[in-house]
Amino acid sequence: MRFILRRAGFFALTLWTCLTLNFLLPRLMPGNPALAMMAKFHGRLNPQALHALEIAYGVNTHQSLLTEYFQYLGNLAHGKLGTSLAFFPQPVSTVVLHAIPWTLGLLGVTTILAFALGTMIGILGAWRRGGWLDSVLPPVFVITSAIPYFWIGMVLIIVFSLKLGWLPYTFSYDPTLIPSFNWVFISNVLQHAVLPAVAILVTFIGGWILTMRNTMITTLSEDYIRMARAKGLPGNRIMLDYAARNAILPNLSGFAMSLGFVVSGAVLVEYVFDYQGVGYLLVQALDGEDYPLMQALFLVITLAVLFAILLADIATVLLDPRTRAAG
Amino acid sequence: MSLARPNRSALPGQLTPPVVTGNVLDVESLTVDYLTQRGRVRAVEDVSFSVDRGEFLGIVGESGCGKSTLLFAIAQLLTPPAEITGGRVLFKGTNLVGLTDSALATTRWRDMSVVMQSAMNALNPVKTIGSQFKDAMRAHGVRSPAEIADRSAEVLRMVGIDPLHLRSYPHQLSGGMRQRSMIAMAMLFTPELVIMDEPTSALDVVAQRSLMVQIKELQRQLGFAIIFVTHDMSLVSHFSDRLMVMYAGQVAELGPTRRVFDSPLHPYSAGLLEAFPSIRGPRVPLTGIPGSPPDLAQEAEGCRFAPRCPQVLDRCRTTTVPLYQVGGIQVRCLRREDGGDSRD
Amino acid sequence: MVALFSQVGGPSQAPTTSARSQAGQAVGRLWRAVRSNRKATVGAILLLIFTFMAVFPWLITHDNPEAEVFGQSLGPSAHHLFGTTSLGQDLFAQFVWGARETLIIAVVSGLLSTVLSVAIGLAAAYLGGVPDAVLSYVTDVLLVLPTFPLLIIIAAFLPNGGVVVLIGVLVVTGYSYGARQLRSQALSMRHRDFLEAARVRGERSLYIVFVEIIPTMTSLIVATFLGTAVYNVIFAAGLQFIGFGNPGSVSWGTMLYWAENEEALQTGQYLWAIVPGVCIALLGAAFALLNYAFDEIGNPALRPVRRPRRIRRVRTSVPGAS
Repeated sequence: MRFILRRAGFFALTLWTCLTLNFLLPRLMPGNPALAMMAKFHGRLNPQALHALEIAYGVNTHQSLLTEYFQYLGNLAHGKLGTSLAFFPQPVSTVVLHAIPWTLGLLGVTTILAFALGTMIGILGAWRRGGWLDSVLPPVFVITSAIPYFWIGMVLIIVFSLKLGWLPYTFSYDPTLIPSFNWVFISNVLQHAVLPAVAILVTFIGGWILTMRNTMITTLSEDYIRMARAKGLPGNRIMLDYAARNAILPNLSGFAMSLGFVVSGAVLVEYVFDYQGVGYLLVQALDGEDYPLMQALFLVITLAVLFAILLADIATVLLDPRTRAAG
Repeated sequence: MSLARPNRSALPGQLTPPVVTGNVLDVESLTVDYLTQRGRVRAVEDVSFSVDRGEFLGIVGESGCGKSTLLFAIAQLLTPPAEITGGRVLFKGTNLVGLTDSALATTRWRDMSVVMQSAMNALNPVKTIGSQFKDAMRAHGVRSPAEIADRSAEVLRMVGIDPLHLRSYPHQLSGGMRQRSMIAMAMLFTPELVIMDEPTSALDVVAQRSLMVQIKELQRQLGFAIIFVTHDMSLVSHFSDRLMVMYAGQVAELGPTRRVFDSPLHPYSAGLLEAFPSIRGPRVPLTGIPGSPPDLAQEAEGCRFAPRCPQVLDRCRTTTVPLYQVGGIQVRCLRREDGGDSRD
Repeated sequence: MVALFSQVGGPSQAPTTSARSQAGQAVGRLWRAVRSNRKATVGAILLLIFTFMAVFPWLITHDNPEAEVFGQSLGPSAHHLFGTTSLGQDLFAQFVWGARETLIIAVVSGLLSTVLSVAIGLAAAYLGGVPDAVLSYVTDVLLVLPTFPLLIIIAAFLPNGGVVVLIGVLVVTGYSYGARQLRSQALSMRHRDFLEAARVRGERSLYIVFVEIIPTMTSLIVATFLGTAVYNVIFAAGLQFIGFGNPGSVSWGTMLYWAENEEALQTGQYLWAIVPGVCIALLGAAFALLNYAFDEIGNPALRPVRRPRRIRRVRTSVPGAS
């Protein structure tokens, strides 16, 4: 229990840091980009939006930093993330909410697949030491895990879209279709998602397989595995119930943290495929110098990763009885 | 106490006629090698002994003398790079060497069980004690939950643990309780042979003795044979029927405990005994055995103990020493040559 | 990726010889290990090739990579091994000269990151108490924050930074994992006998840190460097791909940027996108292979295993017995 509390505390602390960073960054940067940006958009903003921007970036206000800070936090709590500059006059929250389901779908499915497949392959590879799974694949995965995500995306495009013409390579769905819950639309969405998903999966799974395999090998040398053999337990039970259950524990939090890495890669994959997710939006925001949007996206992404880490911590507590006892 | 001594070792592929000796265990010329990148390291060399029903055999020696390897070899629990490269292990007449895990599954735990050194490492940390008992029972065909629960509670009571601890995880028990629950687990099917690898080494002196007494009491009740490996000669000699002293992977001395303890024939056994102070008796200066055990990766000429032996002769360094029979005791020392006919 | 999660075991025994000779022994072991492990050899060879390309590019190609003088979008030919870009630059020249900047970014950021990891990790472990809490907190937060989005945000606010800023942000965001690992290893060593002995001898703290502690952690430090290098290669490529750093300079990442900008894929100039990507992948792979090999060297259990030959296939069973 104390473990969960401590982790929740860390969660809150990191979140607060992220928020504060978001708040301070525009005010700290040299040359005051806030002013420059405001000058740039002066003609296009209505007075309220302009005023909101001023408040958000601490320009022309006569309030103390601390008051601004609490106002900022208050705004956040109400979901007021400001107005987007690149997609003016849409509020940032609308723009972001639009993109989240796409990224969630893409990353959600890929990470779950990577986790499930990777774990199984890693376990089997370690269990059958010396088999082909164990000798051939590790070096291959070492290499694949070092390849930039976006480049694999480009290669996939070349092979499967441009040369073979099997799958589309831009956008998240055919723009001529109207989004709705019918099979035509959904299958179209899936078609567009295959290549980006494969690009992420191929690179991400390699590292995970290797980690799982290595921990599994270390676990297999433990005394309780020998004991399980001595008891005459069937091989599958030893592999899963005794070895895998113990091997996976130290990796759970590592897996969650690697999600931060996956998100990073996903940003570029979405960019390469013009896939309308959070990552693509982030790059667009960068191009359009849309600071409010960028900050909001950064917040959303960090929140997601922190949440995943918290989930992994809860899973650890549920699966490892030792954490429940210790403080 | 019979010491059956067949004088052939089985070669691969050769079927040997079954040896019916009435013993629970006959180990014949067992040899275990570690195949490492640096070459072959012989951890156990040509070890032979037998264990009668209900007998308590103690195996003592320094760290690295091969006693744990020997135990795991007997129980067919070796992992690469360790391999049995010679000899047979006859459990009630059947040679266990070379059998696959599935072929061994029925014998395991039902007829022969194992108790390891550190219960904290030997018990699965994420499963309760009860579920680990259940695993063993289900693997041998006991399915009814009532039967499983009854038997689990029964064996725990046998070692003096409240059955409500079946729901506990290993880390929730004290060291002594963990060790005793391991022993309880070993008793599940009332096996004929229990192999114990230094089960008391992780405990304090008081807990050690109480555990030994418990083990001996269980043996008296249930009648199983015990092979007990330890480095603590004084501890085991209070409880064992026979004592085997190992050095550098070989049998140095083997015989009835009382006789080996009172008048050891091998200089190493004598040295071991002198290293343990006696509570009674006059104060004597403690003598250890100088030097350290040999590097088993080097093939040695002559007696392995020669570099450290206080009674070494010149020919000890060059002659390979066989096991000699002196009365009821086997001893690997050239000084006992005249005591009986050579074994090899 | 592997480096992030693989369990690297540091040396488990205290040095019985002096720390200096221990470091020397470690280097010797390293050399032999690299020679004997196939993965390490491949990785090392790749690195050597790239280093050669980076240091002596003029020995391999005569063309100026930036000169836009050749025919545009030419396919591969005897004059232009990889063809030309849509701006008329020779791709092969770019590939060779690009190695320099890419390698510099990877190595420099890796080294600086490792130095920072060692400094902060050891400081946290050694100082303990409040400094430790503060340093650990900062490190953990940086570890958790998603790097790429953070890099993009920073890039937005520092648009004209160039390579120096690129390296800077890579170092600041990348040191965290190594620092954590080094800290936990240093903590586990705090009460080792040889350190107690040094303290009792009256050695100064700095001496203890540099002469006693660091040499025993060499394998972990090397692993940290290699792991960070892999990451930095990937992240740097990604950042350059979207235009951060200096798009005008010649490196493999900027080649990809221009390839994307000039729609190389859509116009069939595949080599433009493939060549720099392959090289980036190979560079990352070289570091990753070396790292993985070091894992195996440090932890023998992970080494490739040949299936044990079953020597005995005798199945004697006695009718009536057992």
